Amino acid sequence: MEFLTEIWSFFTFSEPNVKVVFWGSLILCSISGLVGTFTLLRKRSLIGDVISHAVLPGIALAFIIGQQKNPLYLIIGATITGWISTYLVDYITKHSKIKNDTAIALILSVFFGVGVLLLTHIQHSGNASQSGLDQFIFGRASAMNMSDVWLFSIVGTIITILIVIFFRGLSLLSFDENYSQSIGFPNELLKLILSITTVTTVAMGVQAVGVVLMSALLITPAACAKFWTNKIIPMAILALVISGASGVLGSAISYTYNGMPTGPWIVVVVSLFAFISAFIGRKNGLLKKYLQRSKNNTKILRENTIKLFFNPKTLGETQFSFEDIFAKSKMQRATLKKGLSLLKSDKLITTNQGTYATTSLGIEEAKTIVRKHRLWELYISKFMHLQPDHVHDDAEGIEHVITPEIERELEKELDFPTKDPHDSDIPY
Amino acid sequence: MIDFWIILTASLVATTTAILGCFLIMRKMAMIGDAISHAVLPGIVIAYYISHSRASLPILVGAAASGMVVTYLIQFFNQKVKLQQDASIGISYTFLFAIGIILISLFSGNVDLDQDCVLYGEIAYVPLDHMSIAGHYAGPRQVWILGSTLIIILTSVIIAYRKLVLTTFDPAFASAMGISVVLWQYYLMAGVSLTTVVSFESVGAVLVIAFLSGPAATAFLLTKDFKKMIYLAVGFGISASILGYYTAVWLAGSIAGAIATVIGLQFAIAFIYIQFVRKAHISQTLENKALTEV
Repeated sequence: MEFLTEIWSFFTFSEPNVKVVFWGSLILCSISGLVGTFTLLRKRSLIGDVISHAVLPGIALAFIIGQQKNPLYLIIGATITGWISTYLVDYITKHSKIKNDTAIALILSVFFGVGVLLLTHIQHSGNASQSGLDQFIFGRASAMNMSDVWLFSIVGTIITILIVIFFRGLSLLSFDENYSQSIGFPNELLKLILSITTVTTVAMGVQAVGVVLMSALLITPAACAKFWTNKIIPMAILALVISGASGVLGSAISYTYNGMPTGPWIVVVVSLFAFISAFIGRKNGLLKKYLQRSKNNTKILRENTIKLFFNPKTLGETQFSFEDIFAKSKMQRATLKKGLSLLKSDKLITTNQGTYATTSLGIEEAKTIVRKHRLWELYISKFMHLQPDHVHDDAEGIEHVITPEIERELEKELDFPTKDPHDSDIPY
Repeated sequence: MIDFWIILTASLVATTTAILGCFLIMRKMAMIGDAISHAVLPGIVIAYYISHSRASLPILVGAAASGMVVTYLIQFFNQKVKLQQDASIGISYTFLFAIGIILISLFSGNVDLDQDCVLYGEIAYVPLDHMSIAGHYAGPRQVWILGSTLIIILTSVIIAYRKLVLTTFDPAFASAMGISVVLWQYYLMAGVSLTTVVSFESVGAVLVIAFLSGPAATAFLLTKDFKKMIYLAVGFGISASILGYYTAVWLAGSIAGAIATVIGLQFAIAFIYIQFVRKAHISQTLENKALTEV
């Protein structure tokens, strides 16, 4: 209950500081979601990781030079070292036999090490105003003030405008770099814009999330959005919204517990969004895949069962007992029973005291599936020169995916055949 | 004496990680090391909390459990829901690391761990926590733990050396020979996880990556012979530990941070040497040759 009232007091801005935290984390996280979309699409997510660790020495150096915690200096320092780190990763990968992942791991950890060395040096040298400098490691949104928020809004607006202006070029660069080059887009300029916006975003974002977890804000929202859409504009907007929402929720939670760093909570919230999206997302989501698979399985079971009723001489007349059908099938008992009940509910068969007979609808269905099977057998034995005894297994699978259009093509190609490779009739 | 113990601790970490790092970077798996080193955090914190001690066994179990969780998560995102590899790694380890940090904040007071220690270790305190055998001073506890880890890793690598090398450099040939590439990959990952966990206290989660990738990368620049690469990497690791320690003393900063800085400098020097000096040398030789041929 206390938790709820605390959360309530956060969202009603009951304390003036809360307004700063709210807007600060909203702006920072939204922008990183937007920028992260391009990083993700360019498969450079881990570069975000490098940048976020590499801003630490920049922050420390800016502090040593400026002797105070001026947000603008810190962002400039962070941007410079962050940009150097991406440049170094690319340079090392391009000019030596060192692989990309090694270069990433090396630059990330060495820059971070330098940052830690400088930071501890500042702490031990006992500069009073250094307090609050280590908030950059895990982020403390509550330490932000109104001038920080203004700075974020201005820089954020500039980044957004840059992305909107160069949107076409940036999308093309993200999806197909070589094509973009070949039709004369200024690839190098676009890459520069993207890396500057990424680095600046990270440099600002470390205030709320901290250097260690900043990379999550670039990667995770965009990955969430990718589970819902393949189009870049909706994806960028969705990433922005998810990220902004996580920023606000995360800082609300950390606000209610005293002394809790903001970064981890924001990351946990955004990761939960990612898990939910991975389960119920429309693209590649687990649930979607499961439904698709069970739909396919039902279709295959239905078609395989009706096929068992196909008998050229007595089609539609005979009453089959369950054991007859079971002997013909290669299915488990339970599976067959399920198949039969499917057919019955579709009115393809009728039952009468434990025996089964096909309806006229069922006869057509059985004919169709056997026709597809035999046409395919004939097709591959004729055009791929397979022996007649090798074609059955392939046709068993393909018969379920042949559409009426393909069926017509096959008939035309084979000149409306009457016999399959095993010399059985093809039913029409 | 304190200097000696700290340098010895750092050298033990550096040696173990340098050996494993050579295999990791040749397998393009440097970032998996990164993921594991971050992701073991929640396991370690929970183990600290439950066992109320720094006893090694519960922590190993906890770390192994969260190491398995991160491996599973990466696989889930990458294979079950077809997310690209880099994003899968990124999501999984940041999530677990965040949970770890939250747990530290929640349990603060109950857990003898703080956020800074997670990041850059407490190697300076290593000599304070010492063991005694039969009443005699027997050196810091960490030295014993890291020493035994080194021996375990060294023996495992020597025993399986041929198979590890084969699966690293020619996995297709290895599987044709009937050697399971996956099995040896897990063997290596187990080694990496063990090393990460025991190095955690002294160098922290982030800087252990510098130890894993740095010396190995520098050595890789300088030689094509894999055995030589391992020896060189170990050499670089140990020399970085010594130089790093004195740098840290000079700057009054974090020892692990200073060692990582020295590792970076070593790489930079080797890189510049390869890029400029050796290239200039080669083109000079070619020019001379062309002249004599004329």
